[in-house]
Formats: sequence, structure tokens, C-alpha cells
Amino acid sequence: MFKRRSSLRGPEGLYGWLFTAPMIIILGLFLFAPILMALYVSFTNWNGNGSPFVAGPNAQFVGTKNYTDLFTRDGLTRTAFMQSISNIFYYVLLVVPIQTVIALLLALLVNSRALKAKGFFRTAFYFPSVTSAVAISTVFLFIFGNSGAVNAFLGWFGINGPQWFNDGRGLLNMLLSAIGLDGSKAGWGQHEVLGQTVWQWLSGPSVAMTVVIILVIWTTSGTFMLMFLAALQDVPPEVDEAAALDGATGLRKLLTVTLPMIKPTLFMVLTLGLIGSWQVFDQIYVMGKGNPNGTTLSPAFLSYQTGFADLRYGVGAAMSFILFLIIIVCTMLQRFLLRDKDVRRSRRRQPAVALADQPAGVTK
Amino acid sequence: MTAPRTVRRAVTMSVASLGVFTLAACGGGGGFTSGSAPSQNTKTAGGVKLTMMIGSSGPAETKAVQDATAAWGKSSGNTVNVVAASNLDQQLGQGFAGANPPDVFYVDASKIGTYAKAGYLFPYGDQLDKSTFEDSLVQAFSYQGKFYCAPKDSSTLALQINTDLWKAAGLTDKDYPTTWAQLETVAKKLTKGNVTGLVIGNDHNRGGAFMVQAGGWLQSGGKITATDPGNVKGLQEVQKLMQAGVLKYNTQTKPSTGWGGEALGKKVAAMTIEGNWIAGGMKDFPGVKYKTVELPAGPAGKGSLMFSNCWGIAAKSKNQAAAVALVKQLITPDQQMKFAADFGVMPSTKQGLTQFEQKYPDQAAFVKAAAYAKPPINLPGLTQATTSFDSAIGAMTPQTDATKLLQAFQKNADAAASGN
Repeated sequence: MFKRRSSLRGPEGLYGWLFTAPMIIILGLFLFAPILMALYVSFTNWNGNGSPFVAGPNAQFVGTKNYTDLFTRDGLTRTAFMQSISNIFYYVLLVVPIQTVIALLLALLVNSRALKAKGFFRTAFYFPSVTSAVAISTVFLFIFGNSGAVNAFLGWFGINGPQWFNDGRGLLNMLLSAIGLDGSKAGWGQHEVLGQTVWQWLSGPSVAMTVVIILVIWTTSGTFMLMFLAALQDVPPEVDEAAALDGATGLRKLLTVTLPMIKPTLFMVLTLGLIGSWQVFDQIYVMGKGNPNGTTLSPAFLSYQTGFADLRYGVGAAMSFILFLIIIVCTMLQRFLLRDKDVRRSRRRQPAVALADQPAGVTK
Repeated sequence: MTAPRTVRRAVTMSVASLGVFTLAACGGGGGFTSGSAPSQNTKTAGGVKLTMMIGSSGPAETKAVQDATAAWGKSSGNTVNVVAASNLDQQLGQGFAGANPPDVFYVDASKIGTYAKAGYLFPYGDQLDKSTFEDSLVQAFSYQGKFYCAPKDSSTLALQINTDLWKAAGLTDKDYPTTWAQLETVAKKLTKGNVTGLVIGNDHNRGGAFMVQAGGWLQSGGKITATDPGNVKGLQEVQKLMQAGVLKYNTQTKPSTGWGGEALGKKVAAMTIEGNWIAGGMKDFPGVKYKTVELPAGPAGKGSLMFSNCWGIAAKSKNQAAAVALVKQLITPDQQMKFAADFGVMPSTKQGLTQFEQKYPDQAAFVKAAAYAKPPINLPGLTQATTSFDSAIGAMTPQTDATKLLQAFQKNADAAASGN
């Protein structure tokens, strides 16, 4: 600390600020300031008429009312918001693990020496990620239509496919009913918690939402495959060989050698996946807009709708800040779960060393 | 030790989730400076530059509006810049957040309450002669007793019949249904194989016609009247036809269709209930011949629904006088008939409607319906309530309790009204 303040190195600090200034100004002006503005809007009842920063009947300061109302005031806004949260919870619960596993498997596949035409497969798997989400969603609308390709395919096996986009039944509800735990009539399912009945909270993703889930997994696993691939190619061959010498093969090698080596990438993929999934908007906007029965509502879409259709921008902004908090909590939780438990910070990049019995200098 | 870093990382990475609202907050570019009252410019002649934002159905409509405004501009010495918005709601929202919203713009009737309440609209209805318009249109654009803007056009619902299927079922011109009982009879005869007798859209904007025919409607004056017994009767009639297997929603046909017109075009529907926009939609299916007749009457007589846009003028516009002059030109029967010829919309003035009926006799059913059609729900802040109501109607089966369904909407709408 004291060294940096010595007169010899004095101007360096100034230069540092000078050189970073353009970026700081740009980020501040177009990212940080708008967020603070939106935060302020979330404390007002701004109706979109004029600036939200001039006091007046169009943008009164209402304190935390927008936030507390979302949790405590009985009404459709709360019900819709809670439904969107529960929809997106099941969505994240399915999308994040599945897309991570598929991405990892694809990366392992493409990375394996046995595979020929790697370039082709890499491009093929990555392709959905480069295509616009809106275009792909539109294609899915046709594929999953009542007489679309999927239902035609199911028809070959004598299965009468569902009306994908109009089927609001929850998968978990259907599963529970199938094993005799139907809560749609029974007393236990009808208790209301935060504007939704227990049975509604336990609905799971609806059939319509499942289509969105399939679409998102398909498009994003390509992106994450690329990240895993980069990490896998970074794993030194010596480690592989050492593991092979020790007799570790197949699954065991994957779990105890390869995975720990690419843990930072795994962390990044999970974090990005988690954040992206909570914010899903484009696919919902194109495919469901909440239909059927609000089962494809996502908080991001709901906040857009509340703002631009109902002109309740304050409530909409409050929704997105709650979403923001949820994402932060989830990311922290995930980081906590994925932390290194027994390795000290300075050695966290060398988890495979002990097992492979290699000198520490080998790993990067 | 790791917590602060975690927070920071999470914060940076989740920042994008707020994108939507940062857009809203600085939309329009003038977000920091507005709030001053517009200085009223009362001159109408010469040198005024007006901006008009429209939600256009396509190039034909955009061009027709451009031509009409250019003609007015030429005769009055002003200029009008027509902007065709890709998402009208959102682009208007951005405009109003700033100091310079478009001077003239389309407003859907269902948005009147929302926009009027937020103070977006300049109520110039008192400068118009109300009696020149159909009464339901004046109601559609009134909020709390004030007539806000001039109806641009009108659309009503009527019954479309596939004439080939009609003949094939052994039906003649004398069999066009005029009562619910007759509707059921012909729908039964027309339902065969993949063809459903009557296919309608799965929301209150189609099923609602039955409510009006039973003497109800969802809004009366400034109040939501969902629990009106007529509404229950109307929905029960829809359920009755569903139970008989002769009515399906557009989403339930095989293949499923986007709207009633598509169902008619793809011959999975023998009849549908749509508005006069169906003429444009059926151009995609030139092989399908159809005829439009009035909707059958229910126990309370004839009933239909009215849809319309008006020429909204911004409360913040600095050129309101010129804007009103422009709108007055655009709603003359001659100009409305020109629009009708260019892109098929029906006039909003009584005189225009009469001319329209003479010129397009095959659309007479729509014109007749204007006299008894009900305007859409136009109270503010009801998007969520109506969305959830439409979901419930879309999921309705013959077993659904129609009364409860309507009560739920009433409760949600009342809550929304008291909460704002």
C-alpha cells in the first residue's frame, strides 16, 4: 500500500485512471446509471407519462410498496408473479443440469480421439446457438404444432401427441396424480401460500413449458459445449497418461481426474446457465406469452407486460429487481456448494495432483 | 472471504436482467427533461410538422395513410411524417416517457382507459360531432364520461360459412341460422370427420358474442359486469355446443389453427366467427368459397362485438390544433371509403358505413352488426385480469363452472380497479 503512493510511481495511478476512463464512463453511463434509474422507478408508481424523475402525479414516490405488494397483497399481480416464479423455478431446475450434462457429454465426444470429422460435429452442435432465438422458437412452433413433426412421429407408434402449446397441465401434477396423490380436490392441496395453492406450487413445468425447456437445452448446450471443449483441450495429456498408468479408466477417470481439472469451467457454465435461465424472455415472448393458463409466464416477460401493457412500470421494475436478487442468491449458493472444501486457495487449481501422484509443477 | 467477490460477480453478471426496465426508464431520449406543459400552438395553417405513429397491417395500409396525410399536408401547407411502428404499444410508451411523443397515433379501443388515466391523450371528442359515429364507437373511446378521440374505423363480428360444405350437408340459403337452436342444428349437420361445424377463437373476444346475445356483456358504462346472468348463459351456450362436439376452439382443431379464418381456409371449420378482416385473411385460401351472414340471435336478441382504433392525439403535442384538423380530414366518409378500398377497413361514421354497405354488399352483415355490437372492455389496468380470464376461457370444457369462471374475472377486475 505505501509503496504505491511513493512519488516515483505517483503518476502511474493517474495514467491507470486515464486509460480506463473511457470504459468506466461508458459502463457507468449506459449500464450503471440506467440500473440506478430503474431502481428508482421501482419505488414509484410511474405511469410512463413524462420523466419518472420529476415529482408529480405521474411518478409519485411510493417507497417499498411495489415490492411488499408483490408478496403480501392478495390479487392477480401477486398470483401471476408467484406463478411466474414457480414456473421459472421448475424451468431452471430442469434446464441448468440437463444442458450442463449434455454440453459436457458433447464436448467429451467431440474431444475424443476416436471421433472423425470433429470439425463437422463441432459446427453442427454449435449451430443452434448461433441462430436467433426468435427464429428457432418460430420453427419449434411448427414442429410442436398439433399436426407438426413431433406429433406425426408419435403417431407412428400409435401415440396421440398432446396439444403442446395449449396443454397447461403440470408434469409433476400429472405424476403425483398417477401415483394417487391428487391434490386438485383434496384438502392438503388447496391451502393457499402466497396467492397460489400448494397443488399449483407443485405443478411442475406444464407441457407447453416443456417445449420451451427442450428448445433452450438444445440451443444453449452448443455454446457450453464449446466452453467445455476449450477446457478439455487445456487438460495436459500427461495427467491423462498418469491416470491411465494408475489404472483409472472410463467413468472413474472422468469423475476424479477430468472433472476436477475443468472445475473452473464447470463453475462458469453453471453460473452462466443459471443466470440466463432465470431471465428467459425471447422464447416466452414468441412461443407462449404466458399461455396456456399462465404456465409459460416468466418473471422477465411478466415485468415487461406489467410495464408496457398496463403502464405500471414501477411494479414491473420491482419484479425485475426481485428476479435480480433471486439470481444473486442462487449464484452465491451455487458458489458455496462448488467451493473447494479441503484445498487451500493457493492450490485450488491442482486438485488432480494428489490422486495422479504427479509432481506439482506439471499442472498449470 | 469469498462472499464479497461472489456478490460482485453475481451483480455484474445479473445486471442484464434489468435491461428491459433500463430501456423503459430512458426511452424516448428525453427522459430527463420533460414535464413542462406544451406551449399550445393554435395555428392550423401552414408550416406545422406533425408526426404520426401507426400500427400498420402492411404496406398497403402504410401507403394509404401516407397518401392521405400527404394530401392534407399539401392542401394545408403542413407536413406529416408517418411512422409505421413494429410494436406500437412499446414505441408509444417510449414516446410518452419523453417530451416529444408522436402527435397523432392509433389507439386500440381496449387501451383507452389505460392511456387516458395516465394522461397520454388530448380529449378532443368535444370538437367532433358525436352523432356522426355509431354509438358503440363513441362508448368505446369514452372514459369516465369523456369522449377522447375520433374512431378511425370499425370492425364487427359476423358468421362466416363455407358455402361448399354448406351445400354438401344438404343446406340451402334458407337455413342460415338466426337463432341459437338453428345454429346448433346446422353445426351438427356440418360436423363430419375432420370438419367441425363451428370453430371460434379461444378468448372473450369471440365467445363474448354469445354473452351479448344472451343480454350480457363484460362491461357496462364504467364498470365490469362479468357476473351478469347473460354472461353465464352465453358461456353455457358455448359449452353446450362443445358438449355436442359441434364447436371447437381454433387451437383444438386438427391441424390446429392460429385463428378462425385459418380454420375456415384449411377446411377444418365449416363456420367461424370473425370480423371483416377475414376478407384479407382468406386471400391466402383462394379455393375456399364462403359467405358472411349476421350472427344468430340469442334469447336477448342479436349481439356482436365491436373492435376499433381511434386517432389519438397526444396531450403533450404542441400541434394539437393542426392534429385535430388532420383527423377531421381523415374521418370524412370519402377518405374512409378510400381507406376501405385500399386495405379493407370498415368506416366508423354512419354515413361511411352506409356507403360501404352499398359498395360491398357481401359485407353487409358486418355493417348491420355495428348497430348492436358491444365495444371492448376499455377500463385501465386490466391486462392481467383479462389475460387470466382468456386463459380460463381457452381452457374451458363443458364441465367447467361458467359462473365461477366469471366470478373470478369479476374479483380480479375489481381488485385491479381498486388497486390503481
